[in-house]
Amino acid sequence: MARKLQSILMGAAVAVGLAVPAVAQENELRIGYLAPLTGGLAQTGIDMRDGFLLYLEQHGNKLGGMNVKFILEDEQGKGDVAVTKAKKLVLQDKVHMLIGGVLASTGYALAPVSTELKTLYIPSIPAADDLTQRQLPQFPYLIRTSWSSSQPHHPLGQYACDQGYKKIVTIAADYAFGYEVVGGFQKTFEDCGGKIVQKIWPPLGTKDFGPYIPTIKADADAVLSLMVAAMPAQFIKQLRSAGYKKPVLGGGTSYDEFVLPFMGDETIGDVSALHYSAALDTPKNQEFVKAYRAKFGKVPSYYSENNYTTAQLIDETIKKLGGKFTTPEEFIKTMQAIKLDAVRGPISFDENRNPIQNIYIKKVEKKKMFGYDKDELWNTVIKTYPNVSQFWTYGREKFLAQPVYDKNFPPCKFCE
Amino acid sequence: MSTQNLKIAIVIVCLLALLVLVPMGNSFVVLLATRAMAFAILAMSLDILLGFTGLASLGQAAYFGVGAYLTAYLANYYGFGLKWDFWLMIPIGMAVGGALAALFGLFAIRATGTYFLMITLALGQCVWGLAYRWNSVTGGDNGITLKGGRPQFGIDLTNDINFFYLTFAFFAATLFALYVLIRSPFGKSLLGIRERELRMRILGYNVWLHKYIAFIIAGAFGGLSGVIWAHANGIVTPETVVLTTSVDALLMTVLGGAGTLVGGAIGSAIVFGLREYVSTLVPWWQYVLGGVYVLTILYLPSGLMGIPERVRQWRNSQKKRETTKMTTAPSSH
Amino acid sequence: MNTQFWVVQAFNGVSYGALLFLVGAGLSLIFGVMRIVNLSHGSYFLLGGYVALSVIWITGSWALSIPIAVIAIALVGLVMERLFLRPEGRAKNIRDALIALGIALIIRLSLGRLLPQMIPGQIGNIVQVTLVVAIIAVPIYLVLQRISAVAIEADTLRQVLMTVGFAFLFQQAALDLWSGNPFDISPPPALTQSVSLGGMSFPLYRLFMIVGALVIGILLWLAMEKTRMGAMVRATVDDAQMARGVGIDTNKISMFIFALGAGMAALGGVIGGAFLGVYPGLDFEMLPIAFAVVIIGGMGSLGGAAIGALLVGLADNFGKALFPELAYFTLYAPMVLILALKPTGLFGRD
Repeated sequence: MARKLQSILMGAAVAVGLAVPAVAQENELRIGYLAPLTGGLAQTGIDMRDGFLLYLEQHGNKLGGMNVKFILEDEQGKGDVAVTKAKKLVLQDKVHMLIGGVLASTGYALAPVSTELKTLYIPSIPAADDLTQRQLPQFPYLIRTSWSSSQPHHPLGQYACDQGYKKIVTIAADYAFGYEVVGGFQKTFEDCGGKIVQKIWPPLGTKDFGPYIPTIKADADAVLSLMVAAMPAQFIKQLRSAGYKKPVLGGGTSYDEFVLPFMGDETIGDVSALHYSAALDTPKNQEFVKAYRAKFGKVPSYYSENNYTTAQLIDETIKKLGGKFTTPEEFIKTMQAIKLDAVRGPISFDENRNPIQNIYIKKVEKKKMFGYDKDELWNTVIKTYPNVSQFWTYGREKFLAQPVYDKNFPPCKFCE
Repeated sequence: MSTQNLKIAIVIVCLLALLVLVPMGNSFVVLLATRAMAFAILAMSLDILLGFTGLASLGQAAYFGVGAYLTAYLANYYGFGLKWDFWLMIPIGMAVGGALAALFGLFAIRATGTYFLMITLALGQCVWGLAYRWNSVTGGDNGITLKGGRPQFGIDLTNDINFFYLTFAFFAATLFALYVLIRSPFGKSLLGIRERELRMRILGYNVWLHKYIAFIIAGAFGGLSGVIWAHANGIVTPETVVLTTSVDALLMTVLGGAGTLVGGAIGSAIVFGLREYVSTLVPWWQYVLGGVYVLTILYLPSGLMGIPERVRQWRNSQKKRETTKMTTAPSSH
Repeated sequence: MNTQFWVVQAFNGVSYGALLFLVGAGLSLIFGVMRIVNLSHGSYFLLGGYVALSVIWITGSWALSIPIAVIAIALVGLVMERLFLRPEGRAKNIRDALIALGIALIIRLSLGRLLPQMIPGQIGNIVQVTLVVAIIAVPIYLVLQRISAVAIEADTLRQVLMTVGFAFLFQQAALDLWSGNPFDISPPPALTQSVSLGGMSFPLYRLFMIVGALVIGILLWLAMEKTRMGAMVRATVDDAQMARGVGIDTNKISMFIFALGAGMAALGGVIGGAFLGVYPGLDFEMLPIAFAVVIIGGMGSLGGAAIGALLVGLADNFGKALFPELAYFTLYAPMVLILALKPTGLFGRD
């Protein structure tokens, strides 16, 4: 009995002992990186990680002169696991900052952790509008390097209106990200005189669009789709093979380079909006695409670019701070003042700590690009809206006075 | 000391060790232990069915999910359960879990074996379907975030250590309650049903009613674990009620050892340990998890708690082999 | 909502049902013969899609990818059944050897960089890893031989759980081998067109799915009803003990059916790959739907699987189109009712 007891206690002691914090090294920047590496979202996580690591590798594993200790954790695409891992990173590994998460819900789960533990959090992908809008005051240690969901879709609504479309049907994944994308589009499109005549909400993860496609109103001028992960390819394929011939517009993730290489020729001519395109014809981007593709064998997606640029932004910030990480407050203040010419174009920050950046209206084309010898699908930039803020042209106060975009906001005045 | 008392003593010592050692670790360890214990309540509730009644359910996540969704819904839309009324939320969660089980039991109890597995799977999927699509209530894929945080009633449960103590209390209480249950005459008849259903029937036991009550009790404790899980996580999503959650609970119970109660807790600790601790060390943890399942099922049908028994069996067979060798050896001369 | 709406929706529902038939029929047969619920059936579907993708990448031929994927996954099913679900004689040794190798590989991985590279070069590294794994595996194998697994054949619950363990292993292996990109299988251009009829257009690929499922269904039905093998399978489904009594090798039947079921799921994966895509998570998305098919139609019955697939396809389609908030509930609630009233499904036999 006594021996059994002893062994049990020892076992428990070992288990706790394993969790002893690592010894910190001088002038080391410890980065806690959260990305899904298993489960359905694994590839997004891998793209994110690869983007960040590419920058680190190109810069001798140093950011702003500090040696980087990169600690990667698998958040498994689940908000609760992300929270557990984040606490591990902060309390056990003593990281200076948390980066990552994919889903909006993960962003919302991690932000309070950063407040609670007084640790810097950079959502390098999570795009939920309110992280840097109405809920920002609750998250003093958060600065976003990616985008807010509605940011690219305000210009897209304007663009659609400029094309002369009068009536549009939206079909979008039925969750918060879908609501914010459709909401942003609807706001500017209707402010300009257009009408959203129908909103269709297939559940997130829908692959058989059979039940939804026949319900699309025939008198609309175009369709706006917002699909994610494995949904886009099936949607457009099924839509076109059901005989739909009108123009299709897409929210950012409907045609971004995460899915585009796996889509068919039926996507040619479709127009979408995002803050990055791999086909952006600038020397900086060409260099990035080539380096990334040579190393990882695939065209970088916006997941990759956003994290590459996040690393670059940290690099610049630490440089300005004199090669050391002082406090999260000072870090945020410094980063917020930075103006950077990044791969995706010029970036600065608004007072709500979200990037002000170019929004690209892109058209899917089949062509050769950057000297690659095969015809491939690329998101050719056909129009650039420069320096777009998350508040579009409405101004911060006026924009924040309206509620966050939701399934029923703006209300669908022209739906029957 | 009888073996039974020895076992109880070991469990109590382990519990005390947990209570003392876990808060000494950092918040990550505390959080991990909290999550594993909240889920262990679910695994133990399932053990009442699997281990003590012989009913393998693939839908236990339904009660877990209902408890969790109700907690999140009431807290978010009515601010209920965030002060002292948290203590009301516990019986409410259990009642709702039990009530759902009472409804589902009407459909499920008649089936046995694989058919029971199938019908509980279908019932679990019904709840998942509602959680996933009934947006106006469940928030659909967004789930419900508990914006008000954890309850505060003099004791601040937003503090991870306080919450650990609370979860520990419920975990220990569940263990105790279920232990009392299985030692009661009712529990004895459940075991009888598991071993020899026909005989129990001939002896005049109402087998259906026994199973039905066991099903409701398991549902009630499933609901309890859901209430705690909602507060442990701060968010409830369809992921809570997805098929794999039910599968997890079943595998944990079998991994630790069905019919032992603590087996579910051990299984939960191992699975959470692999998924959330070992995954911080190595990227190929999923192979370890899958491998552990396959190996346990092949070599340890009565789970980790069955190891001593397996060793004893093995020793006996070795002895037997040796004695047969000795008796056969001279005859070969 | 006019007639056109109903016609198109019904057509879509039937074509989805055709795909579900391919997945459900195999699951149903496996249940009928072995009385086990195979929770790795969704994995066969996904793996079938991935194997087909690899074949298409290498040879460029979609037509070729179908038989190869079907055979490959049928073999996977065969190996699983022979070595893990119904192991006998030497199969047990092979199983122990496989497990020993697996454990050795994990031990080698955990040693990681603790073990310096002693043989130089890329090939040297591979040689070294192989040697180390082999050396670790031998003692483990010997130990496994002594403790021997507990017979699993008679215990359906453990067999079921074993299939879940495999589903998890397959999931991670697929992610490591094929990455998690959202792939899509492109069928020949001829099948991507659509035909117009009465102002409605019908995608040819959906027609192809219906015709394909019909052909497979009829072939299977003929095989079951008209051949000796089929008669033996039916006898085993009805009463395995009796079948053994009259000299039917039920062991061989179970092996054959398991491989056939896995192959059919893979066929579904290839055909469905052009329609649902091929991506991680598809396995556990298909699994419950396949169950709905089997449960509604009745386990172990081919005709039942066909009716079940049709009903589920239509219920799913109309549920989503008409009652979006109750979409999945309308799918699983009938399943519960049918099970409660007739536990063996609409067409199942006890």
